[in-house]
Amino acid sequence: MLKVNDIIEKIGLDIRVSGDMYKHVTGCYISDLLSDVMAHSKDGELWITLQTHPNIVAVAVIKGLSCIVITNGRLPEPDTVKKAESENITILTTPKTTFETAGLLYNLLRSE
Amino acid sequence: MKIKDSIEGCFQLMGGDFTNAGTASSELKSILSKLGVSQEVVRRAAIAAFEAEMNVIIHAVAGTMHYVVSSEEVRITLTDMGPGIQDIELAMQEGYSTAPDWVREMGWGAGMGLPNIKKNADRFKIDSVMGEGTTLEIVIYTRKD
Ligand SMILES: Nc1ncnc2c1ncn2[C@@H]1O[C@H](COP(=O)(O)OP(=O)(O)OP(=O)(O)O)[C@@H](O)[C@H]1O
Ligand SMILES: [Mg+2]
Repeated sequence: MLKVNDIIEKIGLDIRVSGDMYKHVTGCYISDLLSDVMAHSKDGELWITLQTHPNIVAVAVIKGLSCIVITNGRLPEPDTVKKAESENITILTTPKTTFETAGLLYNLLRSE
Repeated sequence: MKIKDSIEGCFQLMGGDFTNAGTASSELKSILSKLGVSQEVVRRAAIAAFEAEMNVIIHAVAGTMHYVVSSEEVRITLTDMGPGIQDIELAMQEGYSTAPDWVREMGWGAGMGLPNIKKNADRFKIDSVMGEGTTLEIVIYTRKD
């Protein structure tokens, strides 16, 4: 199964916070509604979102997500970075849209 | 799990403190893991605790999260000072939310928190007094029957 560092290398994502890079990526969930992610994401999934505030780190910790990918060239807020560093959560960014990022990831995870 | 007596603790919660939101639930999650509670129970307790913690931060002024872990169950009680919930049945419906726009912009306020707490709890009770506050009691059984 692909790990976070494999995904970074294969689809070219920028590392903002490097947490556990060897965590297995079990799938992907996409949503900007935090309670929706709380309800429907699964352990080990990579989460694609436009949200940049610190609560995304808490969601990732509670749900055991493998990493957070922020799209559309947005950057995590400074408090988000601090929190992710202390909780060991990986945050990645990309200038690509959510659609493009998801497409690349879909092909990658399916080819495994 | 080897718990002879029950183990308990309490966290303080501040309404509007979005920066530290989730700290209590994350800590509870790691406490439960260390006690050897099954992964499935830890997962459900953490999800329910977090949604309840967020509701205090979003909707109330201040509150506490108290937990008791025994060999039978994990019991999490959240008590807050806040506006209270007028119609609990309505509040339990998925999609119902009174969250203000700026909270919705953060991605909260989908009206999914309470239904998800209920889904993850074995027993769940809300008591609320308008203008005073709200108490949530969440119980998750640690034993599989
Ligand atoms: N502790 C509380 N104090 C006062 N009102 C509350 C409290 N918890 C919930 N409510 C009321 O119940 C409604 C539904 O809560 P619920 O958690 O399901 O959704 P939400 O918090 O609005 O959005 P989401 O949980 O999806 O971010 C809230 O919008 C609010 O009106
Ligand atoms: Mg809520």
